[in-house]
Amino acid sequence: MTLLRIILIRLLTTAITLFGVAIIVFVVIRVVPGNPIAMMLPPGATDADIARLQAQYGFDKSIFQQFVIWLGNVTQGDFGTSISLRQPVSDLVLGRLPATLELSIIALTIAVIIGGTMALLGTRFRDTKGEAAVDVSAGMALSIPDFLWGLVLILLFGVFWPIFHISGRVSPSINIDFTTNFFLFEALMRLRFDVIADLIGHMFMPALALAIPLAAIIAQLLKQSLKETMHLDYVTLARTKGYGENHVIAREALPNAILPTLTLVGVQFTFLIGGTVIIERLFSYEGLGNMAIDAVINRDLPLIQGIVILFALLFTIVNLVVDMLYVVLNPKLRHA
Amino acid sequence: MRDLRGDVKRTLGLRLWLSGGWLTILALAALCAPLLAPKDPLMQDLFLGRMPPFWMDGAEPGYLLGTDSLGRDVLSRILYGARLALIVALVAGTLTCFVGATLGLIAGYYRGWPDRIISRFVDIWMAFPPVLFAILLIAVMGTGLLSIIIAIVIIDWTRFARVIRAEAMTQGAMDYVASAQVSGQTRFSTMLTEILPNVLPTIVVLLTLEMGIAVIVEAILSFVNLSISTDSPTWGGMISEGRTSVHQAWWVLVFPLITLFLTVLSFSQLGEGLKDRFDPVLR
Repeated sequence: MTLLRIILIRLLTTAITLFGVAIIVFVVIRVVPGNPIAMMLPPGATDADIARLQAQYGFDKSIFQQFVIWLGNVTQGDFGTSISLRQPVSDLVLGRLPATLELSIIALTIAVIIGGTMALLGTRFRDTKGEAAVDVSAGMALSIPDFLWGLVLILLFGVFWPIFHISGRVSPSINIDFTTNFFLFEALMRLRFDVIADLIGHMFMPALALAIPLAAIIAQLLKQSLKETMHLDYVTLARTKGYGENHVIAREALPNAILPTLTLVGVQFTFLIGGTVIIERLFSYEGLGNMAIDAVINRDLPLIQGIVILFALLFTIVNLVVDMLYVVLNPKLRHA
Repeated sequence: MRDLRGDVKRTLGLRLWLSGGWLTILALAALCAPLLAPKDPLMQDLFLGRMPPFWMDGAEPGYLLGTDSLGRDVLSRILYGARLALIVALVAGTLTCFVGATLGLIAGYYRGWPDRIISRFVDIWMAFPPVLFAILLIAVMGTGLLSIIIAIVIIDWTRFARVIRAEAMTQGAMDYVASAQVSGQTRFSTMLTEILPNVLPTIVVLLTLEMGIAVIVEAILSFVNLSISTDSPTWGGMISEGRTSVHQAWWVLVFPLITLFLTVLSFSQLGEGLKDRFDPVLR
């Protein structure tokens, strides 16, 4: 099978998945007994007022008709208007997306650093107490979900030893006159170190909470993979050439051990992005997930649809990118 | 050379004992909550708001772990909260396991179109952020115990379906299954008498892990105020309240958090311990 064909099939299944997600969200949120329009009008509103506004949002049509209209608009980039915030859904969602992306990427970076270090240490000190310590801490870290780690971090580094911010994305006192909502990225570009420090101070706790379970998975998988590689002939050859243990692990074993870990980390990264929903809530971080929970509580149907579709799109893009990376990095598939 | 397997066995045993022990204590506490709880978990006393736990200055006798901002006893609320947590763990965990494992068995053993349909649904489910999906379902069904249980089953069946499908596929390709079919068993009875017993250990391990997850999902839903009515004490509800007043009264957050932490850890360690028990190499 050629690479092009693999990509085409993947794109097709991705489209089917997104279509399925759209249908499910659409149907699920429309069987809600409460009338979202009635909720946004003052108590004295007449039935005629409600009917008029319902027609304006298209809620008077059948679910099937609504879906066709919505799908038609979506293909033109129009996700409708938020009921509670009265702004275009696409503007709202794209305005919040950078915050969530930055948080997820920082979390992924932390997870790779911690998990990678643990795996390397566990391999360097294999069959000793050091490896056992890595195993036990990874097992613990993995058993506890990000929500609980978030609460633990709030207590430890927000209350008992307050060295990090535990709510918000940026201090209100900091003046941000940026052109994009990628605050961290733009601050790095403009070399605004005060902003960078403040952003990281806010982001570190939620990002660490998201990163701990993923770091544990990376540590376990990469260590396993490294251990298997260490027994291969070419590694033994490198040793007989006189290279030290550190060189053998880092230069010889690691490049070959990374590949099997990569695909699994890709799937886990989508779980991490899913975790931002509750972690953003916990840390009052102004991202997509926090907005999603408000949208559900306010019964803001167009906004819920938009956010869920965007999450699904993000997940499928991550999976697609990981698959492509696998093909690019795997020498066996390179010339296929 | 020391016998490593003996070491491994001993730590495994300890792990099973500790996690099993904590869960037993919790189950007893939940059953006997009315006897054990020193106060009524719903009783408010605004004059006794935010009293610290017993070892700190200004503690109120009789309120061992302090009070929340409405003057309710933290210890009593944790004990009563254990009831809901354990009911959700047992009922939601078992139902999720039943639905997911059944679909996984069918997909993995029958293959063909049932597999294609079930796997397509798993793919779609994997594209949903689970927490958002849960909140959405509760918003639709309304709050309450039944809604929470249904929501957990709807969200988490894929955990079982994915793993059991893969296991059933491996088992289905083995010779003993072929011989069962040659001897004239129907496919359905082969699935139940040959495949199911062989994937049962995996099902039990996943079930234990799922119980821990169910407790967390309930806590998360309480945290966003979408669980049971605000009257019945839940760990998630306490954590939610504790989070808002964490700078004034840390104990309102700390004690339910420790309980939840140990419970989730115990369920998962129990699952991991059982996994190793079932492992023929270590047995």
